[in-house]
Amino acid sequence: MAGVGAGPLRAMGRQALLLLALCATGAWGLYFHIGETEKRCFIEEIPDETMVIGNYRTQMWDKQKEVFLPSTPGLGMHVEVKDPDGKVVLSRQYGSEGRFTFTSHTPGDHQICLHSNSTRMALFAGGKLRVHLDIQVGEHANNYPEIAAKDKLTELQLRARQLLDQVEQIQKEQDYQRYREERFRLTSESTNQRVLWWSIAQTVILILTGIWQMRHLKSFFEAKKLV
Amino acid sequence: MPRPGSAQRWAAVAGRWGCRLLALLLLVPGPGGASEITFELPDNAKQCFYEDIAQGTKCTLEFQVITGGHYDVDCRLEDPDGKVLYKEMKKQYDSFTFTASKNGTYKFCFSNEFSTFTHKTVYFDFQVGEDPPLFPSENRVSALTQMESACVSIHEALKSVIDYQTHFRLREAQGRSRAEDLNTRVAYCTGISTHLFAVTSS
Repeated sequence: MAGVGAGPLRAMGRQALLLLALCATGAWGLYFHIGETEKRCFIEEIPDETMVIGNYRTQMWDKQKEVFLPSTPGLGMHVEVKDPDGKVVLSRQYGSEGRFTFTSHTPGDHQICLHSNSTRMALFAGGKLRVHLDIQVGEHANNYPEIAAKDKLTELQLRARQLLDQVEQIQKEQDYQRYREERFRLTSESTNQRVLWWSIAQTVILILTGIWQMRHLKSFFEAKKLV
Repeated sequence: MPRPGSAQRWAAVAGRWGCRLLALLLLVPGPGGASEITFELPDNAKQCFYEDIAQGTKCTLEFQVITGGHYDVDCRLEDPDGKVLYKEMKKQYDSFTFTASKNGTYKFCFSNEFSTFTHKTVYFDFQVGEDPPLFPSENRVSALTQMESACVSIHEALKSVIDYQTHFRLREAQGRSRAEDLNTRVAYCTGISTHLFAVTSS
């Protein structure tokens, strides 16, 4: 009796899994291909005290089946994050699927580099790796359903929280903008100073050389008894 | 031999309707998202990105060159059949909106193959569909209250403020990169020319 009903239910279960699998692949979005020892770097220009969350998933190319394997255990990716001063903020090895988080303490260009650290070259054998990557910065990194559950917020309170986070992000970005504008102004003023001093120096050298040359010529002519 | 009971009949009906619902769900474009990435494109290099998009989804690709050379790059967007939807050479900034005509993998590439020694830093923002709603049950039929509608419009306005800020930041980065290049060039040229001048005139 149980066997008659189990058939269609099992089929439904399989189809549900298929849909789930499709949704799971769709949720990852953007992907790119990377070679064996290739290092790919991404730049995030962010204000200070901003959280960045990166999610990645790797798939390896199977040469025999000519298809990308859904998941490859044992394949690792090394993630390295450098702050604007070149100091390493995060340098860790993750599995074939990983999630890295860091918070910036200096405003500026942070560099996120990924490369595969597979020592088993036979696995690759001239193949390529497909990397799904998703980087969320600042308020995009917040997980609102989680926040709502943790702080027990109503719908309206959650929306207000989201707006507050967005406004905070805008303020941070504007502070960073002020800092950048100052740097830009200093660079421009330094260029201006350099050009000013150069033109003064050139004029002075020109005059001095002119005077020296006239004197030298005068003494030369006097020596040759031409004057 | 027991006759198929009502439970089994219901299971069969549910299974059929489940299949139809699944098929329908696959056709409906689901909640999308945006990917904003800044990367460095070395000289003579080409980098491609791919995304699986469902039919009927409205997508926007926006890119801007931040540093390097003449601040231009080649961009090319292809649909799953290889048909070129967008192709521009040596562009500094552009925005392209399209609706996916078929399911599949869309590919877009940035090329710096025309440049011999300048590395370029390229920013792109690929928006697929709408942003996921705040609440999973957002597609409920009941209308939003006035407060909630106000919150939604403020959210959209703030999103566009952040978007403008990003573009301003990129333009400023471009300007600053040019100013710093100029400063270094002036430093070298003035030093060299002063020395040369002093040497040749004496």
